[in-house]
Amino acid sequence: MDALVNKRIKQVLKGDKDAFAEIVDLYQHRLFQVCFRMLGNRHEAEDIAQEAFVRAFINIHTFDQKRKFSTWLYRIATNLCIDRIRKKKPDYYLDAEVKGTEGLDMYSQIAAEDELPEEELMKLELQDRIQYEISRLPDKYRSAIVLKYMEELSLQEISEILELPLGTVKTRIHRGREALRKQLSRQPNFL
Amino acid sequence: MNACPERIVHYMHEYLDGEISREHELELKSHLQSCVDCQAHMHELSDVVAFVKGAAHVEAPTNFSNAVMARLPKEKSHAGVSRWLRRHPILTAAALFFLFMSSALFTNFNEQQQFSFTKQENVVVEGETVIIPEGQVVKGDLVVRNGDVRIDGELDGNLTVINGSKYMASTAVITGKTEEINEVFDWLWFHIKDGAKEVVSFFGKEETK
Repeated sequence: MDALVNKRIKQVLKGDKDAFAEIVDLYQHRLFQVCFRMLGNRHEAEDIAQEAFVRAFINIHTFDQKRKFSTWLYRIATNLCIDRIRKKKPDYYLDAEVKGTEGLDMYSQIAAEDELPEEELMKLELQDRIQYEISRLPDKYRSAIVLKYMEELSLQEISEILELPLGTVKTRIHRGREALRKQLSRQPNFL
Repeated sequence: MNACPERIVHYMHEYLDGEISREHELELKSHLQSCVDCQAHMHELSDVVAFVKGAAHVEAPTNFSNAVMARLPKEKSHAGVSRWLRRHPILTAAALFFLFMSSALFTNFNEQQQFSFTKQENVVVEGETVIIPEGQVVKGDLVVRNGDVRIDGELDGNLTVINGSKYMASTAVITGKTEEINEVFDWLWFHIKDGAKEVVSFFGKEETK
């Protein structure tokens, strides 16, 4: 697979744009999945995953073909996701009234987003519940947990993607697991 | 659970990472057998892993790849050039070198539009004409730039006239070579020959040492 990818990369470098389509086909699901798990929204995930491929295309001459292409691609995508998450935060005014809701401002929205009441939690389908719990993790732990358990990557690969020492990656995964444990133990019947 | 050593929780995570050593595993197991709280902790952590792993695989929307291709920047006409430059760094460096070299020579050529000549004894200057009077002998080379030269006497060396003309009287004697340069390309050729000569003489000296 790596040999095929490197062949396609060489074609792209020579100016054959269509060779890039095959690269997109090979990695689209993996990349979209990371973005979706990081952002929790299909629409945004699609936008960011597409942007990641565009960046990869523009900067393909900086890719070292001795390394793994998927690692490089994942790095572009996770960086874009983290940028998006950080930019999103101050995007709205907290005291602005939310459209169509009388007297409801963003404070109440955030509270709702942060922690659903127990009866709401019970109504969630399992898949929605997983996504909800993941989205409540701090983004540092979220990226490590998503790469480890949803993309099923090795700790070594995660450390290369996030450009962090192996020890730091382990710590983030440990803390991520502990955070999830606390989140889930709020509901005794769940665990 | 307060009484439990902190390393036990650490071992639990090592276990979950699949990177636990034999000794740590034995210690963890014997501890879990005796401690209900830690057992519960371990269970919860295993459940967390099972819970997260239960996430369904998500697929990119259909048409994703076409959307990416549509978003790629249109290749600009100079993109091919810049790609070529990136792929051939040595040729690029050589081309740049020649560009700078030739531009330096051309500016030299244009800057040196004023009249100048090699200082020699017995030489007379009238306006922009260098004259070697009759009966006089000049020893050494003579270079005249942007001016004429008239030789009535004797020149014991080479004569080079750049952008000018030479007039020789019947009495004139030039023992060396005579050269007239008027065109830019002659000027370049002169420079190249001059440089080569210097290199050769340099190596010649080295060898005689």
